[in-house]
Amino acid sequence: MFESLSERFEGIFSRLSKRGRISPADVEEVGSELRRALLAADVNARVARAFVDRVKERAVGAEVHQALNPAQQVLKIVNDELVTMLGGETGKITMSSKPPTIVLLAGLQGSGKTTHAAKLARHLKSQGLQPMLVGADLQRLAAVEQLRTLAERVDVPFFSEASDPVTVATKSLAEAARLGRNVVIIDTAGRLQIDDDLMDELQHLRDTVHPHNTLLVIDAMIGQQAVDVAEEFNRRIGLDGVIITKIDGDARGGAALSVKEVVGKPILFAGTGEKLDEFEVFHPDRMASRILGMGDLMTLIEKAEATFDTQQKERAEEILRDGSFTLEDFLGQLQQVRKMGPLQQVIGMMPGLPKELKGVEVDDREVVRIEAIIQSMTAAERMKPEIINGSRRNRIAMGSGTSTNEVNKLLKQFKEMQNMMKSMGAMGKVMQRAGKKNKKKNKGKGAARPAAGLPAGVDLSKLGDLSGLDLSKLGFEPPKR
Amino acid sequence: MLPVIIIVAVVVVLALTTFTVGRVRSRRGGRDVVAPPEAPISRPITPSARPTAPGVEPGAAVEAGDLAPLAEAPVESAPEAPPLAPPEVPVKARLRDRLGRTRAAFAGYVRGIAGRKVDQSTWDDLEEALLLADVGLETTSHLLGAVQARAKEFKVTDADEVVALLRTEIEALLEQSGVDRTLREVPGEVNVWMFVGVNGVGKTTTIGKLAAQQIAEGRSVVLAAGDTFRAAAAEQLGLWADKTGATIVRGQADGDPGAVVFDAMSAATSRHVDLLLVDTAGRLHTKQNLMAELEKLKRIIDRTEGALKEVLLVIDATTGQNGLQQAKQFAEAVDVSGIVLTKLDGTAKGGIVLAIQAELGLPVKLVGVGEQLGDLIEFDPREFASALFEE
Repeated sequence: MFESLSERFEGIFSRLSKRGRISPADVEEVGSELRRALLAADVNARVARAFVDRVKERAVGAEVHQALNPAQQVLKIVNDELVTMLGGETGKITMSSKPPTIVLLAGLQGSGKTTHAAKLARHLKSQGLQPMLVGADLQRLAAVEQLRTLAERVDVPFFSEASDPVTVATKSLAEAARLGRNVVIIDTAGRLQIDDDLMDELQHLRDTVHPHNTLLVIDAMIGQQAVDVAEEFNRRIGLDGVIITKIDGDARGGAALSVKEVVGKPILFAGTGEKLDEFEVFHPDRMASRILGMGDLMTLIEKAEATFDTQQKERAEEILRDGSFTLEDFLGQLQQVRKMGPLQQVIGMMPGLPKELKGVEVDDREVVRIEAIIQSMTAAERMKPEIINGSRRNRIAMGSGTSTNEVNKLLKQFKEMQNMMKSMGAMGKVMQRAGKKNKKKNKGKGAARPAAGLPAGVDLSKLGDLSGLDLSKLGFEPPKR
Repeated sequence: MLPVIIIVAVVVVLALTTFTVGRVRSRRGGRDVVAPPEAPISRPITPSARPTAPGVEPGAAVEAGDLAPLAEAPVESAPEAPPLAPPEVPVKARLRDRLGRTRAAFAGYVRGIAGRKVDQSTWDDLEEALLLADVGLETTSHLLGAVQARAKEFKVTDADEVVALLRTEIEALLEQSGVDRTLREVPGEVNVWMFVGVNGVGKTTTIGKLAAQQIAEGRSVVLAAGDTFRAAAAEQLGLWADKTGATIVRGQADGDPGAVVFDAMSAATSRHVDLLLVDTAGRLHTKQNLMAELEKLKRIIDRTEGALKEVLLVIDATTGQNGLQQAKQFAEAVDVSGIVLTKLDGTAKGGIVLAIQAELGLPVKLVGVGEQLGDLIEFDPREFASALFEE
């Protein structure tokens, strides 16, 4: 979502780092470049101006003390400001001491309220709560039907009736009590923030049911309007948080920054796809890192942790230790990586990925072909690809429904991968040793804040640095646009 | 230990990427998409279930199963459905009446600088006004650059005159190259208009409104419920069919949209209707597999040569700069012929119109300005431009 913004920042800072020292003129230039970048990312013009001013102020101040690496310094300042801007506690629904906890979803038409009501219900259910979905969108045709279907899919009770939104909401509370549900999620009709009648209705609804969480659902693709929308909804019904949707697209999502800045309420969740499980807790720090082109490593690690089982982790270590990477391993890893989500998304989270790879489109269906090729090999062939001769090649191609050409290509790339694994293994050993050393050194000092959940001393930035990889060896050419 | 996994993952992904990139490119080189046995995609694109001979003959017998949905009442009971009334005759709204907000906001800005001498702050204010209207950096720079050149040429020092120049410039931009904004149709033929766009922009609602208007004008209309993905999307279109008296062709939920479109083409042809409006599932323009699905739908329509008259991209007027990306990607995939700009009544801006016109030359053909049936209207650039400046 923020890829383009990161590219712009990278552009600014690569120029900066070439100059060595930061001058007031540089600060001005960074400021105007930063403003352009923010505007192109749909950050509200006024928010962008305020943000740039803050960064400039801090950049000049910092320069006096230590102007050793200006690019890094400015980068850090921008990052800090972004985290502050996006920050606040995320992923938390305020639970009422007296059940049920009421969640009210509101927003413009088409922002994704109905879908995200169901996603939220699914999320809360997975946390052991007993949510119920309430269809109070009596405006749009078939909106109730849509939520009813989704409720069935996530297997939570559903309530609605043909009356009016306030009555539906009120009755739903009694229904929740009857069924012993402890969270009630109310979906409302989409409305424009300037539609007085509908905003009055929403206000009335809020005053009647007194929701514990009034959440604004907002589309990541929204432009400058985001501020007006958030301000007006906040003024009318008092927002407690925001759900940002459709961030799986290529919208730069500057609106997220604007809304947070203007309303001052945290972005709690993010919708990351069309499927009901494509919903996650919003992470300001990760998002800021992503903006700055540092990838979303924490998400990646979490996903890897959830997908890879212990045995596979051990095998992975073994591979790196002795370089014994086989096609069988490749197949296994492939299937694991695929479990982590669509490849495109996984690549998007990869830190420090070579530029050429960033905009690349990956079709997951191609992976199936690769799998088919490997699966058409005998166990011996998978362990020792060297034995694959012409006739074996033909058999594999026929068996997998591909061509010998493709089989050849795969074998050639696999060879390169093996080599790469060996050099990576060497790197890993160095890192592990360094990690142990650092642990001792840092004892009692509390220095060098390690990223949460990682062994101390592991240098994430080095890990993500793939610049040493020779892409051309793998037969990679940058896509021509 | 974890970093180890990451490294392996990085390498696997990296290698995969290089492999797949090569393959994707070669596929674009002309080969057909090979449907894998187990497609790891969010929505299965099942190969079209029935044999689809090119060119459906008029009056040809269609399998009973194919047309069954026609007879079926779409929904049992939906609480929000209005009682079945005779189809309403929509009264068309006027753009300028509905742009009150847009007008006020922009005019407010312009009024702020009126009567002043032109200085840097004038240009800054105008720039911010345009940017806040979602016009975007490039189009804004382009517009202001042109105005600055003119102002210099004519030695304009009064801010009012600068504003007048800007207005002329905006009008010129919208009027450029004599674009055709009428919806193409040939009387006596089945005219197919297909609607595409990202999620939640208002495709189904637009089709409903348009069906009401076209039926009121005496045309016969078939609706194709090509959104088989979103829950209750077909029900929604079915309610519109009830409301407007249009015929609807639907398929199974989660079924193959290609089959629905194929059936709808057969039904429209055998019934000799004037218009077939094809609804499609909302999809982000970045999802390659879903865009490929859309291309496939278009190919099915194109089997009847010349039937597809319009591919309309529906864009939400609150969309920011991403609207341009959407337009570019959809245009590349399905050869978009025009834009429908929805929800323009709510946005205090609408500047995305300028950016789309300037950068892509795709004409805006229809504008959605409210929830009433008559609130889908032709886009009139002059009225739009002047509405921006009138108080």
